[in-house]
Amino acid sequence: MLNRILAPLSAAWKEATDSQVWTSIFRHGKPVSNRNRALVMMSNVFLHLHPVKSRKAGIKLRYTWCMGGITFFLFLVLTFTGLLLMFYYRPTVEYAYADIVDLQEHVPLGIMRELHRWGAHAMVITVWLHMLRVFMTGSYKPPREFNWGIGVVLLVLTLLLSFTGYLLPWDQLAIWAIAVGSNMARATPLLGTEGPLSASLTLGDISLINAGNDARFALLGARSVGQPTLLRFYVLHCVGLPLVAAFLMAVHFWRVRKDGGISGPM
Amino acid sequence: MIDLFKDLVNWASGPTVLFTIATLGLLAAFRFTQVWSKTSAKVFFAVLAVFYTASMWDPDFFLIVAKPDNIPITGVIFLVFFFTWFAMHQGIQNDRRSAGEEEVLEKQESEKVWVWPDLVYTEMLAMVILSIVLLVWSILLAAPLEQPANPADSPNPSKAPWYFLGLQEMLVYFDPWLAGVVFPTLIIVGLMAIPYIDTNPKGNGYFTFKERKAEIVIFLFGFLILWCLLVVSGTFLRGPTWNFFGPYEYWDVHRVEPLLNVNVSDFFWVKLLGRPLPTGGFFAALMREWLGILMVGAYLFVLPVVMSWPRDRFPTGLKWLSCHHYFEKMGATRYYLGVSLFLMMMSLPIKMYLRWAFNLKYIVAFPEIFFNI
Repeated sequence: MLNRILAPLSAAWKEATDSQVWTSIFRHGKPVSNRNRALVMMSNVFLHLHPVKSRKAGIKLRYTWCMGGITFFLFLVLTFTGLLLMFYYRPTVEYAYADIVDLQEHVPLGIMRELHRWGAHAMVITVWLHMLRVFMTGSYKPPREFNWGIGVVLLVLTLLLSFTGYLLPWDQLAIWAIAVGSNMARATPLLGTEGPLSASLTLGDISLINAGNDARFALLGARSVGQPTLLRFYVLHCVGLPLVAAFLMAVHFWRVRKDGGISGPM
Repeated sequence: MIDLFKDLVNWASGPTVLFTIATLGLLAAFRFTQVWSKTSAKVFFAVLAVFYTASMWDPDFFLIVAKPDNIPITGVIFLVFFFTWFAMHQGIQNDRRSAGEEEVLEKQESEKVWVWPDLVYTEMLAMVILSIVLLVWSILLAAPLEQPANPADSPNPSKAPWYFLGLQEMLVYFDPWLAGVVFPTLIIVGLMAIPYIDTNPKGNGYFTFKERKAEIVIFLFGFLILWCLLVVSGTFLRGPTWNFFGPYEYWDVHRVEPLLNVNVSDFFWVKLLGRPLPTGGFFAALMREWLGILMVGAYLFVLPVVMSWPRDRFPTGLKWLSCHHYFEKMGATRYYLGVSLFLMMMSLPIKMYLRWAFNLKYIVAFPEIFFNI
C-alpha cells in the first residue's frame, strides 16, 4: 500500500533530479560519497565559506558553541526582517511613531518587529559569548591576532547597530535612551562643550567648541535629539553600519580560513 | 521568615555588598577549581532557577524582571553563567589530562572529518532551533512601545540601552569624559591589543585554565564583574535618580539619598590642615589639587615602573606587587602597555571602594575645565 504511494513519488523525484534544470544548479550527485561531499562544499558559493574537511575537535559544538555562526545567522534574520520593516516605516518625527503603531495594529499576525527587536537583543548577547569562547580557547593568539581585532570592531558595530535602531520607534524609551547615551559625547576631551580642555580651544575671545558644533552635535545632527538625529540614525542603521559590518564580516570569515581554519592545538 | 529572606537579598544586592561578594566569589572559584564541576553547576543552576521562579511572586521583582526589554538581561545571567562554567569546566578537565601525561581533548581528536555532514548539519540544526526560539519568543511577547517621544518630559530613571548600563553605572564614580568617552575607548583599544600584549604561547586552540591563569583571571574579572554584573545591576537594581533598589523593593521616585561626597583636596586642606581651599588663579588650583595629582600620577606612571622591579626590592608583605617576571618575559613595550591598561581597568573598582569607604568624589578636581578624576 505504502509502496504504491512512494514508488511514483520516488520516480518523480528521480525525474526531477535528472532534469536539465536540476543538474544545471547542482553539478554533482547527493553528498553521500566522499567525492560528492567535496564537490558540494566547493561548488556552492555559500557552503564554500567552509573547507571541505576540518579537524574533528574543532567543529564540535562543545568547542565552538556555534556562537559565531549563530551571530551571523541573527545578522541575516535582522537584515531580512529589517528590510520588511522598511516598507512600513518613515523616519520622520511626524510619522515614525504612528507607523510603528500601524504596524502593530493593522498588520495581521505581524511579528516582524518582534523578530527584529528580540533578534537584536539576542545578537548582542551571542557576540559577547562568541568573544568569550574565542578568548577562553586562546584563539586570538598567533596567527589570529588580526582577526580578533576585526572581531572587536564587529562587536562595536553590533552595539552601534543596536543603539541606532533603539531610536527609530520614536517613543519615550527611544529618545531618552539616546539622549542619555549621546550626552556622553558632550564630555569628549577637546571636542565636547563640557569636555576637559575644550575651553582652551579659542580664537581670540571666541570659543571654538560650542553646542552647535561639538562632538554631540556631530552625533545628533542637532543640539538635542530631533528630526536630524532620527534621519541620521535611520541611514546609519539601515545602510551605513550594515554595509560596514557586512564588509568586515567578509574579511572576518575569509581570515578564519586563511589563518588556518577553526583554531586547534598546534 | 520570607520577609527576613527578602531583606537579606535586598541588603546583599546593594552595590557595595554585591560587588564584593561577586569579586570574592570569582576569585575563590579560581583558587578552588573543583567548584567548576558538573555537580556544583547543577546545584548552582537549580538554586538560581528556584530563586528566580520563587521571586516572581514578589510584585516588585516581577515588575522589573518581566519587563519585555529586560528579558535579555535574564538571558545574560543564565547564558553567561552557563558558558563561563562550560569553558572553565573543559579547561580544568584538559588541565587534568595534561597533568596525567595525556593530551588535551582537542588534540586527541585532530583527525580531519568531512564538513558535510559533520559541520553543516550542526549549523542547520542551530539555525532551526534558533528560528523556533525567536518565533516563539516573538509570538508570546509583543515588542513594547511606550508613549510617543516627548522631549519636554524626561522619565525617571532615564536609562541608556541595557548593554551600555555598565558604562552608565560608571558615571556614579567617574565624570562623563572618563566613563562615557575615555573608558569605552580604552575597552575597545584594550581588547584589540590583547593578542599583541599576551605573549604566552600556551593555550592556543584549546580550553585550559592552568596554562593561562593570569590572562583568564583578568579577562573574566573584566567581563563578568566589571561588564556583566554592572549591566545586570544597572537594569534590575538601579531605579529612579539612579538610586539603588533591592530586587524586592518598590521603585520609589521620591526616595532621597543624601550623600555628601568629598574631594581629596577637601580631605587635605580642610580636614587635615583646617584651612580653606586655596582660591584664585591657575596656580592656586594646582596647589589645591597637588595631592590628587600626585596620587594619580603615581598610580599611572610610577606604579608600573615599581611593579617591574624584582621581588627582592620589595619589603615583605608587598612582594606580590612585583611583576618582574612579566617584564622579563614580555619586554618593556608590551609590559608597560599591558600594565597601564590593567591599571586603568582596576581604577574602576578602586574608585568604587574609595567612594564607599570615604565618600570620595574626585581625586583630582578641576571643575573649571571639566577635568575631574
